Amino acid sequence: MSGILVFALHYEGAYNKNSLGGVSEAAKLAGELGAEAHAVVVGDVSDELAAQLGNHGVTKVFRAKDVPEGLAQPVVDVMAKVMDDNGHDYALFGGGLLGFEIGAGLAARLNAGVTMEVTKVNVVDGKLEAERPIHGDSSISTSKYKDRGIIIGRLNAFETAPPSDASAEVEDVDVELSPFSTKATMVQRGEARGEDIDIEGADILVAGGRGLGKPEGFELCEELAEALGGAVAATRAVVDAGWYPYSTQIGQTGKTVSPKLYLAAGISGAIQHKVGFQSSENIVAINKDSNAPIFEYSDLGIVGDLNKILPKLTQAVKAKKG
Amino acid sequence: LKICVLVKEVPDAAVEKRINPATGRMDRGGERNLNPYDTHAIEAAMQVREGGVVEVDEIVAVTMGPETSVRALHKAVSLGADRSVHLSDDALAGSDVAATGYALAKVLERESPDLVLLGQQSDDGECYTIGAVVADHLKMPSLTQVIKMDVTEGKLRCERQAEYGYDTVEIELPAVISVGDAINEPRYPSLKAIMGAKKKPLDAVGVGDVGIDGTMVGEAGSKVICGEFKPPPQKAAGEIIEDEDTNETVQKIVAWLDERKLLA
Repeated sequence: MSGILVFALHYEGAYNKNSLGGVSEAAKLAGELGAEAHAVVVGDVSDELAAQLGNHGVTKVFRAKDVPEGLAQPVVDVMAKVMDDNGHDYALFGGGLLGFEIGAGLAARLNAGVTMEVTKVNVVDGKLEAERPIHGDSSISTSKYKDRGIIIGRLNAFETAPPSDASAEVEDVDVELSPFSTKATMVQRGEARGEDIDIEGADILVAGGRGLGKPEGFELCEELAEALGGAVAATRAVVDAGWYPYSTQIGQTGKTVSPKLYLAAGISGAIQHKVGFQSSENIVAINKDSNAPIFEYSDLGIVGDLNKILPKLTQAVKAKKG
Repeated sequence: LKICVLVKEVPDAAVEKRINPATGRMDRGGERNLNPYDTHAIEAAMQVREGGVVEVDEIVAVTMGPETSVRALHKAVSLGADRSVHLSDDALAGSDVAATGYALAKVLERESPDLVLLGQQSDDGECYTIGAVVADHLKMPSLTQVIKMDVTEGKLRCERQAEYGYDTVEIELPAVISVGDAINEPRYPSLKAIMGAKKKPLDAVGVGDVGIDGTMVGEAGSKVICGEFKPPPQKAAGEIIEDEDTNETVQKIVAWLDERKLLA
C-alpha cells in the first residue's frame, strides 16, 4: 500500500490550523491513490482529541503518549518507526516550523526524498508529485520521488476540509527514542512576548519591518494606522528583535491575515512574511530599496524614504477623511 | 570547545538582483557571495569565544560547493574562523538537500566538533532544513531558528520562536544549531582580516577523503527528481512610484487608496 502519514501538531487541547490543512490534504491525496491516510500525534492527547482527526479524513491515528511535545527529533523517531512498521510511502506536513524540522530529520533517517515549501501536490501515475515555487516564487519546480517521499507544505498551502462526523481508530505506539532525541529539553513553551493585540479582525493593517530603522519607527506606523482606522502589524525580524509584540507578527510562526489593505513599510517581503498576507485585497509597499522582493507582488509600490513619506501620508489621509 | 560553522555561497542579492528583460524574471546569475544568514552563525561562534564562559579552541568554516565557494570560506575566515574546509567533488553535483546534508555530515564527522552552527536559511531559496538533516546523520540534538544562545559547560540554553510563541530549550553538547538573524549583529571584517584570510589554512577535500558513500550523493544518489519548471500564475504588475517630490507622492497614494474606497 502507498499510504500517507501526516503529523498533527496540537497545543492546549486544539490542533494547529496548518496541521489540519495537512491532514485534509493527506486524506484527499490518499483517496486519489486508493490508499489510506494516517496521522501521528505525540504527548498529552485525549482519546477524543485523537479520534477527532477522523473528521478530516484520516482512518487511523498513531499516538505516542510519552513523547515530549514541541521538539522535532522525538517525533522523527516516532514517524520513522510508524512508517517502517506500516509501510507508508509518504509523510506529509502542513506549513510550520516543526514540520520543517521533523520532515528534514525524517528524510535523513529514512534516506527519503524531501521537498519543502510545497504549494500543491498532484497524483500522477499512482504517485505523488510536489510543486514548489523557487527563486523568490519566479518559477515552480516539480519533485518526484525515487522511493519514499517527504512533503512539507508552505504555510497556508493546504486548506482544511469541512469536518465530517467520521472518527479515526486510535492506536497507541511505544517508541524507544534515539539517545540524541532526549538531549534537548523544553524548559518553557509558548511564551507570548509583549501585549496581546488582536489584529486579525482589522480591515486595514499598517505593517512595519526592519526598514523602520529603530523601535521608535513604529510610532509612524501607529499614527498612520490610526488615521486609516486600522491596526499595526510586524515582521518576524522586528518581533524577534523586541521592537513590537509577538501577537502582531505576520507570516511563518505568526498570524495569517487578508485585510482590505496591507500597507508594508520598510518590509523587504521575504517568502516567510509574504505567506502571511499575500491574500490581502490591496498591497501597498514603501521601501527605499527598489530591489526589495515585495515590489514584485505589491499593487502599489513606493520607492522612497518612509521617514519622509509616512508622516506626510498620515497628514494627507487625515485631511482627506476630514 | 570546537565549533564548526557551515557556510554557503549564494548569489549576491544586493549587487546582482535584477530582472532579466528577456524573460521578465529575476536574474540571479553573476556575482556570488557568502550567504548573509551565515554571517550570523560565524558571529555567534565569535561571541561564544569572546564570552569567556567556555574556552573555544577552534572555529572552523565548512562548505560544500564548486571552486568559487572558496570565496565564501575566505569571507568566513575574515569574519573570525581560524581555518576552513572545502568539500568539492564532481561526484557531488546535483545533490538534493538530503544528499548535501549527508555529505556535510561526513566532513563534520571527521572534524568531530562540539558545536555545529549554521544560518537559519539560505538566501538562494534552498533548504532551511539542512541543519536537521546534518544532525540526524551526526546523531546530535538539534534546534533551528535560535535567536538567543547561552553556552555553559557541556550545555546550551536556546530561545526561539515556534508555532505558539517563544520556546526555551536546553540542549546537551555536541549539538547542531541553526541561528536566526535576530541572534546578533554581525561585525564587519577589518581590512587586515580580509587581507589575511587567504593565508589561513584551507583544507580541500573530496568524496573519498571523508568517507562519503558515492551512491548516496550526486544526482544518482538523490531521492528527489527535480524538474519540469513552469512559471507561476501571473499576477498583473503593480504600479511603482519613485518618490521625488514627497507631497506629490503622497497625493498619488491618497488618490490610489481613495479610488479603491479604502479611505471611507
